[in-house]
Order: sequence, then structure tokens, then C-alpha cells
Amino acid sequence: MDEGTLLEWKVKPGDAVKRGDIVAVVDTTKAAIDVESWVEGTVHELIVQPGETVPVGALLAIFSAQGEEPEAAKASPAPEKPETKKAGTKTAGAITTEAKPAPAAAPAGPPPAPAGRAKVSPAARKRAEELGVKPESLTGTGPQGSVTLEDVERAAKAAPAAAPEKSRAAEMRKTIAAAMARAKREIPHYYLGETVPLAAATVWLAEYNAGRAVTERVLMAALLLKAVASAAKQFPEVNGFYRDGTFIPAPAVHAGVAISLRGGGLIAPAIHDVDSRPLSEIMPALADLVQRARAGSLRSSEIADPTITVTNLGEQGVEDVYGVIYPPQVALVGFGRVAEQVIAENGAIRVVPAVRASLSADHRVSDGHRGALFLAKIRALLQEPENLAKAWP
Amino acid sequence: MTDTDTIRDTVLAELMRIAPEVEPEELEPATPLRDQVDLDSMDWLNFIIALHTRLQVDIPESDYAKLVTLNDVIGYLEKKTQA
Repeated sequence: MDEGTLLEWKVKPGDAVKRGDIVAVVDTTKAAIDVESWVEGTVHELIVQPGETVPVGALLAIFSAQGEEPEAAKASPAPEKPETKKAGTKTAGAITTEAKPAPAAAPAGPPPAPAGRAKVSPAARKRAEELGVKPESLTGTGPQGSVTLEDVERAAKAAPAAAPEKSRAAEMRKTIAAAMARAKREIPHYYLGETVPLAAATVWLAEYNAGRAVTERVLMAALLLKAVASAAKQFPEVNGFYRDGTFIPAPAVHAGVAISLRGGGLIAPAIHDVDSRPLSEIMPALADLVQRARAGSLRSSEIADPTITVTNLGEQGVEDVYGVIYPPQVALVGFGRVAEQVIAENGAIRVVPAVRASLSADHRVSDGHRGALFLAKIRALLQEPENLAKAWP
Repeated sequence: MTDTDTIRDTVLAELMRIAPEVEPEELEPATPLRDQVDLDSMDWLNFIIALHTRLQVDIPESDYAKLVTLNDVIGYLEKKTQA
């Protein structure tokens, strides 16, 4: 995702906002996303108007911190990051369309216009590209004769031969292509696989669910997610972000859940703090996330901050998954199908339900030895499901 | 007591809510449902929850194995609502 279209403001200048409040809805190639405030304060100015398409990282609005004079914010000369560049104020915040934790991934924006070329706003240039309009051929009505978004859209309407707007599925495919190509270009993946017996987990889950109403039942997928998060907490080198040549471990485990969408495509939003929450909270969070992902109503923080991704392709019948890491994350755990397998143990063979777990990890950050221990930890945790169900196994 | 047509309509409506691409007239009633419709375990759980809510029927997990085809589901719900 490298741009978004502002659909709606949920706040207006003068409104007080708290951290986590939903302030806007932005349409992206992946979904309509509820943008949350990262700061507490008062809405000072809304910069982007509904209908405008702006690159990821663009300034959407300026907030002033509590006790701060709005004039101070207005005078801020640095639209990039006013909260960090203003001396003498507390924590005035900027809300941007940044919806992924990788500043490096944000596009640099269009190159500066060469001399003699028409002035075209970035939003207008983007839109012109989508609509197949040549902005240089238009007469601008914006400041200093610049070509605005409206000029482009007016021109596109007047020209019925313009290219049709691409479907969201096609846009999402492009987004996935960009992220995965970057992953394979930049991340030296290594892969490990492990068969995880699930006899104890299957029995425990059946007993757990038998005594519960249908709305409180837990799926194996939630137990697997909890096992990955609990293990990742103990192996910080698989949980975090690799940016600008440095690995930054994440303090909590926000497990990205790969969810396939019915119209095609894929999204991997996060369930927050899976490492420190009991299974009874993770299952409803998972159900809610899947439902909202498919309905296209995710929150910006869910898209922004998965620290490790889990993908579960077993229901499609595959045994093994060799996943591609979602940059700037550094690891992905894949699960195949849960099926009965023959396992040799202490000189005897047993038939038990089992799953193949795989790790795709970034060799810049971790080595196979630690990766193997991480997978072994997942396996060990799943042998004690009643313990795993607790907040801190 | 709920009649068969009402149950069938409810089942199909809830199935289409979960999988909007489903064409009810194209579903083979005696062929496994999950061979015809792309339902993962989360979809299936949501389907069961919806049927439970709409028809006030308790469907224990141990009965999932009985619910293979559309006919199975409708027959099962019929029995349960008459009980």
C-alpha cells in the first residue's frame, strides 16, 4: 500500500481527541481503514479533504497538544513532522496516512517538476496516472496555475476514452506484488520445518469446546497463534522490524494473521498483545478480525504493526507452507493441515493428529540454530495446551 | 417447530451471508458442502453460530461430522427443532 484516499473525517477542528480515537476513514487498495489518532490533543486543522488521494506518510491533519496555542501549530513550518520539529511546544501531533511501520517503504513522492513543466499536485498526478490523463496537457486552476485533483477528474470525465478505473482486486494484487518482490529482493530467507504432534491439543480443545456455548468455542487456529506468540516472546530475534540496516525487536507480540479475501487477495492485520492475553480473549479477537478484514473495515493500527505473521493454509489441504516474510518483519510461521500422521516414538509407532509448522526467517537477524529452537518451543508449548491457554504460559 | 422450507431458507441465507458468491440453485444438496463452497473453519464456526442464533438450536462440536451435505444440515436442524 503506498497511497490512500480520504473518505471521511470523523472529527472537526476544535474536537478533543484521545490516543486510539478513530479520526478518519481512508480507502486503500487493501481495505477501507479506520485511522486512529496516535496523540492526545485538539484537532487544529484538517489538511486533506475527502476525496483526495495522498501517498502513505502524507500529512492529513495537525493536532495541537493540551495547553498549546493553536497559532503555534498553525505556524509550524514543517509539514512532514510538526510534532518533532517545533521547539517550545509539548507534543502537537500530526496524523498521517502512514499505515505501515516502515518509513523506508513510504514512497518518496513524485520527482520535482523540471523547468517549464506544468505544476501538478502529487494527488492530481497520481489520479491522472490512474485515469490515463496527461496532466501536462491540462490548464490548471489551482494556485499559480497548478493542476489540481479536480482538474484531472474533470478532464477524465470529459474524455470517455480514458482508461477505466482499476478494480480493488487488481490494486491489491499490485500491493502484494510490491511487498513480496521487496521481500524476495531484500530479505535472505531461510526455512525450517517441524512436525508438531497435536494429540494433547486436540483432546484438550474438544473437551474445552464441549462444555461451552457455540459462541465461546475456540478453533485450533487460535491455539496455534497463541503458541507462536508465546514462543516469539522468548525469541526476540523473530519478533520485530528490520529497518535501515538495523533490527529493532518489538516489546510485545502483535501477531499478523494472514486472511484470504473472498474476492481474491490477502491481508495480514494484527491481533495485539497475543503473547500476554489468554486464549479466551484471542479467539474472539481472531473471529472479529477475520470478519472485519473480509468486510473491509480494519483499523490503521491493525494494518500498521504486526510484528510477526502467522499463515495457516492447512484447510486448503497442503502439508507444508514456505512463506514469504512481510517486510519490514523478520519472520513468518506457516502451518499446514492438521491430519493423522504416523510418528515413531520410543521404538514404537503411533498414529496421532499432527501439523507441519514452518519458519521463514530473515538471516540478517537470526540464524538457523535460534530458528530451530524457536520452532521447538512452539512444539513444546502445544504439548501443554491447558498451560498455553493462560495469559502467560 | 420449524418447517423444512423455513429451515432451508435460513440455511441458504446464512450460507450466502458468509460466502456471497454462492448461487443457491447451483448447490448440489447431496454433495459435501465444503467441496462446493470455500468455507474455512472460521467460516464454518460463523455458519454454526448463525444457525444456532436464528433457529435456537444447540449444535455441539461433536455433531459437526454429521453435517456434511446441505441435506444433512437441513435434516439435522429439522430433527433438532422438532425435539
